[in-house]
Amino acid sequence: MKNWLKENPLTDLQGNLPALLAAVVLAVLVLTAFIGPFLVSHDPLAIDLDSLRRPPGRDHLLGTDSIGRDILSRIVHGARISLAVGISATLLSLGIGVVFGLFAGYFGGRTDLVLSQVFDIFLAFPSLLLAIGIGAVMPPGLSSAMLAITLVSWAGFARLVRGMTLSIKEQTYIEASRAIGASTGRVLFRHILPNALPLLLVAGSLRVGGFILLEAALSFLGLGVQPPAPTWGSMISLNRMYINSAPWMVIFPGLAISVTVISFNVLGDYLRDRLDPRFRA
Amino acid sequence: MLSYLVKRVLLFIPTLLGITIITFFLMQALPGDPVQTMAGERADPETLARIRAELGVDRPLPLQYAGYLSLLARGELGRSLYTNRRVADDLLQKFPNTLKLALAAILFASLGGITLGIVSAVRRGTVWDRLASILSVGGISLPVFWLGLTLMLVFALWLRWLPPSGMGGGSPAYLILPAVTLGTYSLAYVARITRASMMEALSQPYVAAARAKGLRESVVIMKHALKNSLIPIVTLIGLDLGSYLNGAVLTETIFGWDGLGRYALDGIMKRDYPVIMGVVLFGAVVFVAMNVLVDISYHYLDPRVRVRPES
Repeated sequence: MKNWLKENPLTDLQGNLPALLAAVVLAVLVLTAFIGPFLVSHDPLAIDLDSLRRPPGRDHLLGTDSIGRDILSRIVHGARISLAVGISATLLSLGIGVVFGLFAGYFGGRTDLVLSQVFDIFLAFPSLLLAIGIGAVMPPGLSSAMLAITLVSWAGFARLVRGMTLSIKEQTYIEASRAIGASTGRVLFRHILPNALPLLLVAGSLRVGGFILLEAALSFLGLGVQPPAPTWGSMISLNRMYINSAPWMVIFPGLAISVTVISFNVLGDYLRDRLDPRFRA
Repeated sequence: MLSYLVKRVLLFIPTLLGITIITFFLMQALPGDPVQTMAGERADPETLARIRAELGVDRPLPLQYAGYLSLLARGELGRSLYTNRRVADDLLQKFPNTLKLALAAILFASLGGITLGIVSAVRRGTVWDRLASILSVGGISLPVFWLGLTLMLVFALWLRWLPPSGMGGGSPAYLILPAVTLGTYSLAYVARITRASMMEALSQPYVAAARAKGLRESVVIMKHALKNSLIPIVTLIGLDLGSYLNGAVLTETIFGWDGLGRYALDGIMKRDYPVIMGVVLFGAVVFVAMNVLVDISYHYLDPRVRVRPES
């Protein structure tokens, strides 16, 4: 059951050019988030009134925005926020989803009935709308964006884990481990969870891109990390009235979001094709 | 059939209650006095007293929730903090515009997505297939608001083919860019599902039989394969339509479309909490109602579901 780890899908990416490209892009992106801010020559917050809305050129590779800030360094700094929110929201909502999904699936009966109803209620909201509602009642910022995204997405993971738990718990090895007196916690987290892990990895990787989009949308709406901190979403919303005269101010941050999300989605699709038995040809 | 309908609609009730519990707690979490928030800054003392009594802010939470429910049951969503207009009236007034946009978007998404899906399933492994798969990954990955701005830049500001924003008194040209922006995400999903569903249908024996009969390939594809792969596609389209209020917040803002989405954004910008909560609640109810409709139509469309004894 664990051989998916041995035949590591990341080591034979060569067969799949889009997935390989996506992996390279993401590696560069992570590197950018870590060391990029030390490499760019401009301060992302430095206002330079002598160079407002400069088109891309030698001094400012991607141009400057409406108050003269360097767009490249803002995008590089923005990568930190996007990745931090996207990845931590994925881990948080996966974590919450795993716990509740395991409980609902394993204990069944009334526990399952109540928990499943709760999952359904959270899934009944259009996600951005609920995130807006949550974001609006909290002071805007990094943690409230993260929390809003987590709260709108954990239920999807919970339902997935519940379904997997239902089928895994009927396996003989689970019966065997119970028969030798393993505690419930041990059965849940040492036996059921590891067997659900490959599919969870797939589900998680398919969602990261969506979470980054959600973060961008919240920033765009003014509910995410607040200005002057550079986020990709707020860069677009703050500069959108100049779309005609200075399109680079909007185009480049949008490209950064798009390329990032495309890469996560392509890699997610690839992992699903490899790890999800339902998609194996 | 009827008992199924009744059961499905009854199941709708706990979900609706759950939604109101969440919005109730969101209201509780709001900064400031909830009574003032619900009634509006400029509410007269009588209204304040009435809502205070109704809400019973000194009573225990479950009783307060009951009061909130009774307000909702009478369509009382509070008043805007800024315009002092009833949120419920505003919602009903803006809804038709959003619905129009959503229907145009779903039309674009279904026609485009199904065509793309069929082409890539039939011409599997060709350049067309690859192009379609690039489009379908791109469609779910581009931020809606950026896609809208880019389309506006190219088609309205540079090429001047279409108006950049506004509603143009109902002229269809104004609908095109917002509808394409809002529909692209669904188009990508519809294309994916159509491809998968068509490929499965094309491998079925009845397709081989239809071909063996000597039917033209176009008839085989459109009448035999497509018809049988429509169910998941229809389901997806219905669910997407219900969630369009999501994308509408962003799309309407960009194109100056006077619907619920822009109304919500105005509310967010001004921290007009009754407006925000009204749209969130309304959106969730529309979404859930769409879910129920899809379930029912699914039941209705697919004879296999209908014949199966109900559990």
